[in-house]
Amino acid sequence: MRDMVKVEKLCREFDVSPPWLNRVIEGKSKAILHAVNDVSFNIKKNSVYALVGESGSGKSTIGKIVVGLLPPTSGSVEIDGVDLFHERDKSKLNSTRSGIQMIFQDPYASLNPRWKVGGIIVEPVEARGGNTKGLAEKLLEQVGLSALDVNKYPHEFSGGQRQRICIARALAAEPNLIVCDEPTSALDVSVQAQVLNLMSDLREEFKLTYLFISHDLTIVQHMADVVGVLYLGRLIEEAPRDILFGSPKHPYTQMLLEAAPKLDGFGREVAPPKGEIPDPINPPSGCAYHPRCPIATDKCKAERPEMTMKDKTRVACFFA
Amino acid sequence: MNNMGEIVLSVRDFGVEIPTRQGILRPVDGLSLDIARGKILGVVGESGAGKSMTGNAVIGLLDPPAHVAGGEIWLNGKRIDNLNRERMRKIRGKEIGMVFQDPLTSLNPLLPIGDQLVETIMEHLPVDKKQAMEKAVAALDEVGIPAAAQRIGSYPHEFSGGMRQRVVIALALCAEPSLVIADEPTTALDVSVQAQIISLLKRMCKERGTAIMLITHDMGVIAETADEVAVMYAGRMVELGPVRDVLTSPTHPYTQGLMASTPLAAKGNKRLNQIEGAMPRLDNLPQGCAFHPRCSIAKDKCKINPAPGMDLNEGRAACWFADGTKQ
Repeated sequence: MRDMVKVEKLCREFDVSPPWLNRVIEGKSKAILHAVNDVSFNIKKNSVYALVGESGSGKSTIGKIVVGLLPPTSGSVEIDGVDLFHERDKSKLNSTRSGIQMIFQDPYASLNPRWKVGGIIVEPVEARGGNTKGLAEKLLEQVGLSALDVNKYPHEFSGGQRQRICIARALAAEPNLIVCDEPTSALDVSVQAQVLNLMSDLREEFKLTYLFISHDLTIVQHMADVVGVLYLGRLIEEAPRDILFGSPKHPYTQMLLEAAPKLDGFGREVAPPKGEIPDPINPPSGCAYHPRCPIATDKCKAERPEMTMKDKTRVACFFA
Repeated sequence: MNNMGEIVLSVRDFGVEIPTRQGILRPVDGLSLDIARGKILGVVGESGAGKSMTGNAVIGLLDPPAHVAGGEIWLNGKRIDNLNRERMRKIRGKEIGMVFQDPLTSLNPLLPIGDQLVETIMEHLPVDKKQAMEKAVAALDEVGIPAAAQRIGSYPHEFSGGMRQRVVIALALCAEPSLVIADEPTTALDVSVQAQIISLLKRMCKERGTAIMLITHDMGVIAETADEVAVMYAGRMVELGPVRDVLTSPTHPYTQGLMASTPLAAKGNKRLNQIEGAMPRLDNLPQGCAFHPRCSIAKDKCKINPAPGMDLNEGRAACWFADGTKQ
């Protein structure tokens, strides 16, 4: 299978410095937040790659860069062999871009309340001058709504139905790659199951590739083929799903899996994890996880481990 | 503790009504539950099931026009649902503590956390300012804020989300209430911080014998924390029981569907079980059992008769067919 997405040494910085005058008066220096730092991964065609991590780990930033909503500071993103940020050929770039769509977290905020559902769904096609006759009706039925819904407004739908509308809009442009940023975290459990099932069905039907961004490990375990774990902007472990959940190698991944509530964990007493995610503006030296890591040594404080291949896992830890 | 089995909160046949132009809505209806000392009752349900409304009603914080419509609430043997505002204000904070979902909006951003704690302590306990300050430091220390004495003058924005939620818990516990209502206390937090807060709540419950009503939609959190669990659907309780029984062998079809649709239960299956449809809106509740349009075992009886009381199945589930007889 060919790679659909190739992310190579991706970095993204944000300037979070105080304003110029404050820096002069208060003698503060510039502050740079490294939201994404040297991240590389590949996504195979027709597979689901999940990025997990806690808040501030950079997973949404990567999603935005992959769809082209944010330029990277350095590094490259190749979709189907086309480098999104360095390609000069406009027509090539255009056709690649129309093959990437996104589903956002909050279906209440991502649909324009003043537009009718039909208009919302055909917008990605219409914007490129495509033929939209009957398209909205067809897509609405594909995502499990009624063709008669085209003339309704978003407020007439429940959260789960709205997320279906978002999925229909993403499908309108006949994409190859869909980036889903926490697609079900605003939904209830029973509705979440409906949306996840729909996403699995559509993947088979349209040969879609998903980049699935989530903080919920149970959903990731259900949906993903390959899982990448992010900590403070860096990829620290990547493995096929069953290997990652079966034998996590990085201490952070182990902690995450241990801390996640389990349905059969009646009265389970977990030693709660130590500490919190450090300040990303002044990350710890060496391995960013060392202040919270139970097995950290002096080497971890001084040096940062690189991603290395161990069995089928890529992991950034000296002791994995 | 010898008075472990003592009932702290007892709610009987309790209801909330919201009058609207289209008619009266009942976000909570016919609710009965008990929480004993040192126990955690989990209240689960999807959004709109009435779980937060229940918590707010117990502590007397219903927003008008919502109002209590029948039933009784007893706290430590005293009836509290008919108290006037002033007397309820004395109970709130003193005997019932509350932890809300979003720690940033439940703290005053303009006051140092120490002042907020001292204010609460002096309101409810007979101490002077100096003693109150000492108590505040002790309370922060107990919930695991490092260097509590130095940080007591800090403002809420200077804390991280997890630390802020610890401050809120300290605030809820500082007057030593016998009941704490925690409404989605970990929903806004990361997994690792969530584990910290849950273990803190469990410790408080064990050490002080505080009864906790834990409102959440996360079945995993319930499994690890609660002793008993109440499942709500469209304003009514549909199932109640010891957490292990309800989660491993649910009797109400809604609970069964809910448990089967969690990705954890799929165990590698490609598809999740799904309950078709969505929870009905309160202004459009179906006749009969509110769950019947989505229920796989619904019969004509369910469409006409309202769901039976919980006592039909020994207080376990409000369903005509919960015992497995599918007639």
